[in-house]
Order: sequence, then C-alpha cells, then structure tokens
Amino acid sequence: MSTTTTRGVAHPAPAKASNARPRRGLTASNTLNFWLFTGPFLIGLVIFVFVPIGWSIWLSFFDARFTVTPSHFIGFDNYRQMLTNSDFTGSLGTFTVFAAFIVPTTWALSLSLALLVHRLRFMRAFFRSVFFLPTACSYVAAALIWKMSMFNGVRFGLANTIIGWFGADNVAWVSNPNPPWYWLVILTVRLWLQAGFYMILFLAALQNIPAELYEAAAIDGAKPGWQTFRYITLPQLRATSTAVILLLLVAAYQAFDEFYNIITTRATWGQTPLMVLYKTALGANQDYGSGSAGAVILTVLICAVTLLQGKFMGFGRGEESK
Amino acid sequence: MSAMSNNNWSRRSIFRAAAGMAAAGSLAACGGNNGRGGGSGSGKNLNQYFHAYGEAGVEQAVKRYAKAYSKANVSTQWITGADYETKLFAALLTKQAPDVFEFHPQIQLVKSGQVADLTDIISPVKDDFNAADIASHTVDGKIYGVRMIDDPQFFFYRKSMLEKANVAVPTTLEELIEAAAKLTTPKVKGLFLGNDLHAIELPLVWSAGAEPLTAKNEIGYHTDEVVGGLRQLRKLFTSGHLLLDAPADYWDPSALNQGLCAMQFCGMWAMPVMQKALGDDLGVFPFPKVGGKGRPSVYNGGWSMFVNAKGGDVDAAKEYVKWLWIDQKKYQEDFATSYGFHIPPRKTIAAQADKLKSGLAAEGVKLFNTYGYFDNIGWTQAMYSAWDGIISDSVRKGGDPEAALDAADKKVNRELKKLFG
Repeated sequence: MSTTTTRGVAHPAPAKASNARPRRGLTASNTLNFWLFTGPFLIGLVIFVFVPIGWSIWLSFFDARFTVTPSHFIGFDNYRQMLTNSDFTGSLGTFTVFAAFIVPTTWALSLSLALLVHRLRFMRAFFRSVFFLPTACSYVAAALIWKMSMFNGVRFGLANTIIGWFGADNVAWVSNPNPPWYWLVILTVRLWLQAGFYMILFLAALQNIPAELYEAAAIDGAKPGWQTFRYITLPQLRATSTAVILLLLVAAYQAFDEFYNIITTRATWGQTPLMVLYKTALGANQDYGSGSAGAVILTVLICAVTLLQGKFMGFGRGEESK
Repeated sequence: MSAMSNNNWSRRSIFRAAAGMAAAGSLAACGGNNGRGGGSGSGKNLNQYFHAYGEAGVEQAVKRYAKAYSKANVSTQWITGADYETKLFAALLTKQAPDVFEFHPQIQLVKSGQVADLTDIISPVKDDFNAADIASHTVDGKIYGVRMIDDPQFFFYRKSMLEKANVAVPTTLEELIEAAAKLTTPKVKGLFLGNDLHAIELPLVWSAGAEPLTAKNEIGYHTDEVVGGLRQLRKLFTSGHLLLDAPADYWDPSALNQGLCAMQFCGMWAMPVMQKALGDDLGVFPFPKVGGKGRPSVYNGGWSMFVNAKGGDVDAAKEYVKWLWIDQKKYQEDFATSYGFHIPPRKTIAAQADKLKSGLAAEGVKLFNTYGYFDNIGWTQAMYSAWDGIISDSVRKGGDPEAALDAADKKVNRELKKLFG
C-alpha cells in the first residue's frame, strides 16, 4: 500500500562516477539507437496500419468487387450506398443499445466485484483469480458455449432446464427476435468475459487510496459504507473510472465475435457495425469498395465520439483535473 | 575491450543463430502435412481447398486421392467452420490462393476472372454428366467447373411418429404446418427447418411455382404465391411447433436422431447416419406445394471443383482436376457413396452405384430425378444474402412480406445490373 510520507525511507547511494570512456559504436549514437529500436516497429506500423488505412480510403472511391486493385472510379457512390444501407444504419442503433447497457453495467459490476474482493480478509487471491479467469477465455469459444449449451432452444439446454423447473415452455433464445431474448445471451457472455479484467484495474486503484483519507473521514464523522464510498472512494477512483469507461466504449465499438457467433449474419437485427462491414467486404459479397467506405465512416464516428467523451470526462487532463 | 567484442552479437553467436534458424526451417517444412504425396510428385506443387464435410472419413479420402496423384504434390487445406466461402474468397485475392477449390457455380467467379475455363477437359465426357449440372456451370458456352457430387435436399420423417399421430405425408405447405402441430408434444417438436431457415429459401420459391431468376436473368421470385408462402411460414414460425435454436443446424442429422423433432429438412448426405440411428423408421418427401400454382421441389445442392485462373500453374491444376474428377471413376464413386450419400453427377457412375439402388436411397434418387431443381449460375452470394434478409424480416421478425421482398428486389436488381448490365 502506498503512503504519502517518505520519512524514514533510506535514500539510495549516489552512483559512483565512471572514469571509463563512452563506448564507441552502437551506444555512441543516440540517433542510431533510436532508429534501431523504433525502426522495426515504425516499419510494421507503416506496412500494417498506415498502408491498409490509405488503401482502404482509396478503395472506398472505386467499384472494388472481388478485387483490391480496382480501376473503375465511382466517387462517393460507396459512401452513399453505405449510408442508405439499412443494415449499416441499423447496426449503429444496435451498437448504441449495446454500449448504453454494457458500459455502465460492466463499470458497476467490476467496481462491485473489486470492492468485495478488496474487503475480503481471506482467500482474496483465490477470488481475484476466479473473477479474472474468464478474461483468458476466447470470445468465440464463450459465445458458442453460451449459444449451444446454455441458451439453446431444446429441452436439455441449461437455461431451458432451469425455466422448465418452474413450468415454463422451452424458449428459442436466439432465432426468434420477438421478444428479443438474444440480448440476454449476448450481454451475459460479454459481462462474464470482461468484468474480471476491469475488476483488476479497480482493485489496483482501490489499493492506491491512502488509508489516511478514510481515517480522517472517520474522525470527521463520516459513516462507513455508502457515505464513505460516495465522498471518498468514488472521487479517488475518478481517473481509473474514466479510463475504464473509455476502454469499455472502445471494446463495445469493436464488438464482433459474440454477435457474429450468436446472431450470425443471416439476421437483419442485432448486427454490430463491424459485422455489417465484415459481411459487406469480407463475407460472400466481397465488396471491398463499400466495405471500405463503411470503415471510413465508422472511423470518423469513433474519433468524434472519443473526442467528445474526452472533452466531457476530462480524460488526459492529468491530476489537476481532479 | 573492443566495442565489437563487448556486443552480444559475437561471430559465434551469429553462426549459432543461423544454424538454429536453418534447423527450425527444416522442422517446419516437415511439420505441415496436408496430404502431400511424399515426394512422388514431379516437383510441381498444387494446393486445394475443401470445406469440412460432416461425414466421417471424407477428409482422409480426399487426402488419399491427392496422395495417389503422381504428377504433382497436392496439398489439401481442410477448412473447418461455417465461413468456408469467406476464407476462400479472401484467399483468392492473395498469392497464397488455392490452385484448385470446391464451391458452387456462381457467375461472379467467372466475371471477375477467378475461375479457369474447363471446357476442354469436360467436353469429351460432357454427355456422361447430368445435363442440368453442365448447364448450371456454363456461361456463354464455356464450362467453368466440374460437378463432384449432387446433394438432394428434402424432408426426412419418423414413420412411427406420423403413424402414431395419424398424420399423412404432407403434400402442401398447409398440410406440413398442420402435421407439425399434430406431431408436437411436450418433448418433441413437429418440424425442424434449420435455425435460420436459410436452407428452405429456394425450395420455397420453386415449390410456389416460381424461379429465383427468369431465363432473361430478371427477378422471378417476387410472386403472390411466394408472398403467400412467406405468410404461411410466419404462421409456422410463431406456432411453437417448429424446432428453433437446436445445437446443430439443418445439415446435421442429430435433431431427428435425438428425437428432438418428427420431421427435418436435410440433405441426402445424412441418410446413412440417420438409418444407422433409426433403422427403417425413416421416410423422405419433397418440399410440398405452396399455393395454387405450386409443385413439389427438391433442391439439388452439391459441390463442384474449380481451377483458380490466376493460380501459379493453371495447366497443372487442370490436369489434376481432370485426373481426379473425370478420369478416376472409382474415387468419384467412393467420394459419393462411401461416407454420406450423394448422387454422382456422372450417369455411368450413378448407374453402377449399388448403394443408391435400393431402399430409402433409391427413393431419394427418385425424388431427385422427379422434382430436382439445380443451381442457377446467375444466383450469387449477394442474392442469397438478400433472401436471408427476406426470411429475417418477414418470417422471423414478423414484417410485411411484400415490403421485405421489395427491399430485397433493390439489392438483387443492383447485383443483376452489375452482372448483366
């Protein structure tokens, strides 16, 4: 646990001055070292990030079906097509519903888990591991387990077995969008997979809150429990909360695996933007032009939302923003 | 101490690293087997793509055939998962593209120059192939693929369950819906059409007396009878008599075999496994008539072998395809009848396939010959996607079928305009 005082802490001895000459060669040139260390990564960044982004923007202005080297320039037609594509516009709605639920729910669940684990006197490491373990599971594997074992529509599915004890009929959790039970399947798998990771972030932040703050609050008459949590813990977690919300929002934008495997691309509902882009560009249609236009639109949207979020939540302003 | 000797990269360590990399490279070369002939080839290398067949033994058979080919080393990529076409299409744009691959006849493969003209290797035996298969692979008089197997798809049913419920084999969609209701019990659903109903899209169109596309390559599916069929399917979908969200989809026989349903739409490939599980308690019937102008239909899916026109050695690839799918009749019969049941597209092979001459298999062949509808090369993946949208919006979501068809018409017309002008 960190403290705010440094009294009694031994300072390290000053390093002994070296009489040796600076080495020649690699260590002699900082510039060379810089390029040696960063060069391979920069090359990778250019080849695997910037070139594809540039290529994608270029493709978005061409009729690029079944080819990534098209020659037929069509201007903004692909953009027009994507913006009038009900699948694409609908997917933005799906994402909004998904993000509106999953971001605050995961935040609340992971914070709750962190508070519980933080207060444990025994077996803290065990419970920390138990909650964190799902993070190691593949989204695809988890989605298939959820769909085929837990939420399948037959009598021996786990969910149907449980509701059967109360006399309810079997439910088709995914195929039938009315009522939209598929959200239950998707949201529970996502919560299970990611809550443990964010719990660890909150746990680290909780452990960094100085105990003196709680002691001072107690002396001032603050009641333990909600009052302490509201006026001390929560404000102290502000920087972590902001980072967690940003990470959750980015993760929500990137949602693909569980939607793709649970909903499949054959439904016109419950599709995320990435699913629609995948179906358009990399699926059977192989329309790289429209898919690239959609990717550009989505990138612009993500940038705008992230900047807005940063502005409202003060992310990146540093400690003085507290 | 010199700067050089102070560096971790001594001459000795560089040689050691190089030797290690060479050894690792050798090991890696040993590791990736994929059915190659172990040096029997002439130095030419070919790569073929297959989707994963559900029947046991098919993968080993395909690799066995490839190993027997002496004029090239043929490696096999056995692609598991449900998105074979996605992986195939993505690979076709790269230098790692397969030389030979299986798929369904689709005109965009021809228009985009992705498949080679195979007319010269098929022409000598053209008359021995099912004429409809040849037609479904032909564009402007050129044949672009060799049909490997025909896969009739129809309904399988449990005879005992229908007898117990006093239900006759349905001949119309209304009767099918009524039968599903009578056959449904607390433990067994009446009918399984697959989890997303994708499999019955084209049979619905044919059984309603329509065609997906007309002879002039215009929309042929948008008829009153198809609209009526979609409304009836919606009624079935919400009736509670349809099995939904089964652990495996329509192509897998487990729903019928495990007693989850009394009737299942499936392919003839699953017949041997069903017979093993259910014995004689099994019957088949075609997709029934839909509406007044209706007719029974059987969708003849199947797989064909294509040669990548942009592959490294197109002639070698064509030679291999000719050897395996035209000359090697024993392999073709083995492939069609030793694992699941498929109908060989070659008349001479089909005529001598004993396993298809009696019992339920013969009945399946009869349905194929009587009610069979084949792939239309102009019906592309984008059109399939448009029809997925129709089923999604009107049957599963409960929207207006006319509106769903209108929305799909726009997508299909855009595709038709790109393909045919």
